[in-house]
Amino acid sequence: MDLTLKIWRQEDVHSKGSMMTYQLSGVEEDMSFLEMLDLLNEKLIKAGDEPVEFDHDCREGICGTCGLFINGQAHGPLPGTSTCQLHMRSFKSGDTIYIEPFRGGAFKVVKDLRIDRSAFDRIITAGGFISTSVGEAPDANTTPIGHDEAESAFDSAACIGCGACVATCKNGSAALFTASKISHLAKLPQGKTESKERVLNMVEQMDKEGFGHCTNTNACQIKCPQEISVVNIARMNWEYNSAKFFK
Amino acid sequence: MNYFSEKDDVPADKIPDGPLAGKWNRYKATCRLVSFNNKKKLDVIVVGTGLAGASAAATLAEGGYNVKSFCFQDSARRAHSVAAQGGVNAAKNYQNDGDSVFRMFYDTIKGGDFRSREANVFRLAECSASLIDQAVAQGVPFGREYGGYIANRSFGGVQVRRTFYARGQTGQQLLLGAYSSMMRQVKAGKVELHTRHEILDIVLIGGKARGVIARNLDTGKIERHAAHAVILATGGFGKIYYLSTLAMGCNGSAIWRAHKKGACMANPSWTQIHPTCLPQSGEHQSKLTLMSESLRNDGRIWVPLKKDEIRPPNEIPEEERDYYLERRYPAFGNLAPRDISSRAAKERIDEGHGIGPLKNGVYLDFKHAINEYGKETIKERYGNLFRMYEKITGVDAYSQPMKISPAAHFSMGGLWVDYELSTSISGLYALGECNFSDHGANRLGANSLLQACIDGYFVLPYTLGNYLADDIKTGPISTDHPAFDKAEVESRELLDRLLSIKGTRTVDEFHKELGKIMTDKCSVSRSEIGLKEAISQIRNLRNSFWNDVRIPGKSDKVNSELEKAGRVADYLELAELMCIDALSRNESCGAHFREEYQTEDGEALRNDQDFAFLSLWEHNGENQPILHKEKLKFKEVKLVSRDYKK
Repeated sequence: MDLTLKIWRQEDVHSKGSMMTYQLSGVEEDMSFLEMLDLLNEKLIKAGDEPVEFDHDCREGICGTCGLFINGQAHGPLPGTSTCQLHMRSFKSGDTIYIEPFRGGAFKVVKDLRIDRSAFDRIITAGGFISTSVGEAPDANTTPIGHDEAESAFDSAACIGCGACVATCKNGSAALFTASKISHLAKLPQGKTESKERVLNMVEQMDKEGFGHCTNTNACQIKCPQEISVVNIARMNWEYNSAKFFK
Repeated sequence: MNYFSEKDDVPADKIPDGPLAGKWNRYKATCRLVSFNNKKKLDVIVVGTGLAGASAAATLAEGGYNVKSFCFQDSARRAHSVAAQGGVNAAKNYQNDGDSVFRMFYDTIKGGDFRSREANVFRLAECSASLIDQAVAQGVPFGREYGGYIANRSFGGVQVRRTFYARGQTGQQLLLGAYSSMMRQVKAGKVELHTRHEILDIVLIGGKARGVIARNLDTGKIERHAAHAVILATGGFGKIYYLSTLAMGCNGSAIWRAHKKGACMANPSWTQIHPTCLPQSGEHQSKLTLMSESLRNDGRIWVPLKKDEIRPPNEIPEEERDYYLERRYPAFGNLAPRDISSRAAKERIDEGHGIGPLKNGVYLDFKHAINEYGKETIKERYGNLFRMYEKITGVDAYSQPMKISPAAHFSMGGLWVDYELSTSISGLYALGECNFSDHGANRLGANSLLQACIDGYFVLPYTLGNYLADDIKTGPISTDHPAFDKAEVESRELLDRLLSIKGTRTVDEFHKELGKIMTDKCSVSRSEIGLKEAISQIRNLRNSFWNDVRIPGKSDKVNSELEKAGRVADYLELAELMCIDALSRNESCGAHFREEYQTEDGEALRNDQDFAFLSLWEHNGENQPILHKEKLKFKEVKLVSRDYKK
């Protein structure tokens, strides 16, 4: 395949970036999208140019490191797929592909396609945990948790923290990310004790970071590689309101 | 030609005396403690935020220590423990199927082909039940039965159901639990987290590990960090094979740099080759995705009886299929341990029965399971794995078998540690996959998450206290010490030297070439001739790397190529030691299969008379490495040849 790539290049967080054009041939259908970028970088290095920096690590869709805005869509065209799992068979020879970093909310570009998502960690630090220390835990079967309850908690817990929800949201809202952790823990009996404090602290931190508000467009759910439901956001709102008003 | 020299002395293993079952309780009851008030005077560096690192950082901080935690990822939650799919073992006996601490201990020792310490393995089994309790308390959503109690599945090499799972994402959920506990301590001000940092060197003062030199990967800034003890939890180095199941950033650099500072490596060549990964499809490939071993609970592995079969799998009738694991190992069948399954697959592929365009795979078939349980049940058990398979290959595995093949996966070898998890450098500890300890020559499935967690949550917090009890009057360690000056200068020189080469070949080209040498000559099977060839090829490649590698950019900015170059430079040295280690062991055991040492029907031929020891390797500068042998003493188990046939 022969491709025309339009890629966001930016020296560092303080510089202004721009789209640069590259021609790339020798791309194969079985390559992953990131392997296509590897190929481009090999060619750039050999030609004496600086390679394109991009975030990636596990390359199997679970670490949440990679995230590219491909032709205007977070993680590209396929549903429920992270960038590393997107393969070049989704494109055809002659295509022009626009590749940009995830932007929006509190995300910053570190270099080229590499971004700073540390705001997510700070939201978790605000309260995305159950306050238990090693040594306190009772036997795991002490509290039965129904099969469906456990599965539902898992559905919320499956978030990989990639930030596609923020990048795809016109408001740059981190509601889906924050809500998935709040719901995961609120759905489990062991997480209920501190659920009020948790939701208030996490939402406060989310707002402080500069993420936008949720206006229920549902775009986040569509582009989430783990297909996390916006019902989690409704749950977060319910938890928030009850924590705020029914103390 | 000699490749190594030998010395008789071995560091003390520090295993407590007395009966096996009471060792750990006796240790805990008699080790020295640091009181809560004194812990706040002590600083600890933890490198790595996977299950071992995050659990250690969280637990040490809960106890009162001041922890500095480092990871190269942009968030601690992304460490590669996240990718473990199938589950975590624990001797809870919730299924009432005959499990016990002793049985789990025995399965693990046997699975490791009797090349691990009894005391370490017993402790692993003994602490396993507490881990499940701890994880549930943190909110890990383990799979449950309809009555609300936890469900279990079985894994390779055992006959009971002791594996706990959270769909196919057990590692992710356990890690999120450990990460959330650690972030709670960040909030409490007890953990100072440094993401996007890579360790360049370990700093020793007076023979003790007292700090690290780190590079901020976003700014290029070189930093000094001091502490009373340094904990390495940096995972395995299977990425040395280039094509592996590991993440792109996984590396052995902290391990190797600690080794060069005096920490012994143990059995570095023992690498688990995982039998169920996706086959390589072309030269461009950057990793081989793992498909969980749990799939072997319901999937059946086969190859066509006919060589060079061209019919699609669904058109090959039952009588023309060779379910070779069921044929060779009837008692364990498709759940034979990983080393045996990988070798059996390689044997069939080498004989010309391999499938797929490159003839490098075997089939993993769910047809029978779907007929028996229905598609919905299979989907609930493995839905995300089937989906992952379809995304990568474009094939629907509900309607035709998966294609799988063996790939480099887990480092059983690593930094040598004693019973306290201390390396041979005082104050330097190694946890999880980073150390060599509990898995012998072959790790059982679902024991790796377990070991990482047990080391971090339950073992280190006691053993570190036993060491730091001497340090309560030391006061803060200063980064102005000349040892920091020297280490920093050397680290900067290394980066400058790499950047100054300005050759013609990229780092990845060297890494791929090294990976090919290692995959061909030091993986599923090894031979004296092959290993000697590999050593000479690696030396040439290393020479070529230092003369011809091309690294663009500078060291004071984000520079992925420079990061990769540092890692590959270390791999080029570690690879040679791995080959020497494999060459020095004239027996087959577990994943270490020497072609010269096999039974008539092709099984590993162990030699307990001459090789029931751990190989400790001491770095010796530019000279040959020095081998020290730690004899393995077996009191509770009788050494038998591993038989999964009956």
